[in-house]
Amino acid sequence: MSTRRIVVTSGKGGVGKTTTTANLGAALAKRGHRVVLVDADIGLRNLDLVLGLEKRIVFDIVEVAEGRCQLRQALIKDKRFDSLAILPAAQTREKEAITAEQFAAVIAGLDEFADFVLIDCPAGIETGFRNAVAGAKEALVVTTPEVSAIRDADRVIGKLLEVPMPISLIVNRLRPEMVRSGDMLAVEDVCEVLNATLVGVVPDDEEIIDTTNRGEPIVLDESNRLRTIYDKIARRLEGEDIPITSFEKPTFFKRLIGAITTG
Amino acid sequence: MIDFFKRLFGPSDSGATAKQRLQLVLMTDHLALAPEMIDAMKRELVEVISRYVEVDREKVEVDFERHDHALAMMANVPILGVARPSERAPEPLEPAQPVAAQPAAAGAPPLQQRKRRKKAQRAPA
Repeated sequence: MSTRRIVVTSGKGGVGKTTTTANLGAALAKRGHRVVLVDADIGLRNLDLVLGLEKRIVFDIVEVAEGRCQLRQALIKDKRFDSLAILPAAQTREKEAITAEQFAAVIAGLDEFADFVLIDCPAGIETGFRNAVAGAKEALVVTTPEVSAIRDADRVIGKLLEVPMPISLIVNRLRPEMVRSGDMLAVEDVCEVLNATLVGVVPDDEEIIDTTNRGEPIVLDESNRLRTIYDKIARRLEGEDIPITSFEKPTFFKRLIGAITTG
Repeated sequence: MIDFFKRLFGPSDSGATAKQRLQLVLMTDHLALAPEMIDAMKRELVEVISRYVEVDREKVEVDFERHDHALAMMANVPILGVARPSERAPEPLEPAQPVAAQPAAAGAPPLQQRKRRKKAQRAPA
């Protein structure tokens, strides 16, 4: 199997790119794949922190690109998994410290270490985005069901279609009860507006803050509700056809029931 | 009881409002990103109108404006001359489609040429 190089991107910041990269990467590793997660956010390193690997960083991606160290030396193995590693971003350098060509060359070098390379893209559509995309063959667009996130996702999808590359969509932080009451865009609306292929829906969950605080991937927490969700997204990426849990839109009847029960 | 009806009929349907607003704003975004497409549309629009009236091609303006619930295309097309109804000869709207009986109609010929042809058609009547 040739290495899947997937950029995780969104346009807007704060929608959950890094959390998605970390947890999906962990889910893929748990399923036995060799996974390397790349932090492409030069100057704003965070993937290491979300995964609890911040104390172990020695070299970063810019140093690899500049030939100051071997790619192998910069990879930090996550000891909780057999086959998960991260390639950290440089924290004290500018985005311009690495070119798109250099970035793509480093990513291509990861083929011998990984079955899946997930590239955690910085927010925006400038240099950092272009670098991250240059290294990828496919894209995972993360959005939340909010107008600003969706508009930015649309812009990013437009950029990715120009490359072009296959695009899958994750709707993150959905609040099912708000969808049911009509106060939040439903998943089907988001997909219709963005005209993209859905690969997963992650409900909003306070536990994600808790696991991120501790630097622990959700798939390791057997009691976590989101664990199976990331596992299913991982399986869909493998090509398995698993139906996506629908968080249905409210019908008049449902609203009537809701009004009666809460009124 | 008022609360009950509020919950039943609204205003809690901001999800639908969000969808409608997004569809409109994305349409505007996409238009702004596709200037070539708009130029092509402007050219073809003028082409169609000038089959019926003579227009000042240099002064044609096409803009997109947002109204409350829809995106509107505003076209300002100065007309130089209007043909009388009897002079209007309907022609195929799609110039790309070859029409056996009227080979000259294919490919939208210049205005002058078409006028002459119309006169020739009218002569026997």
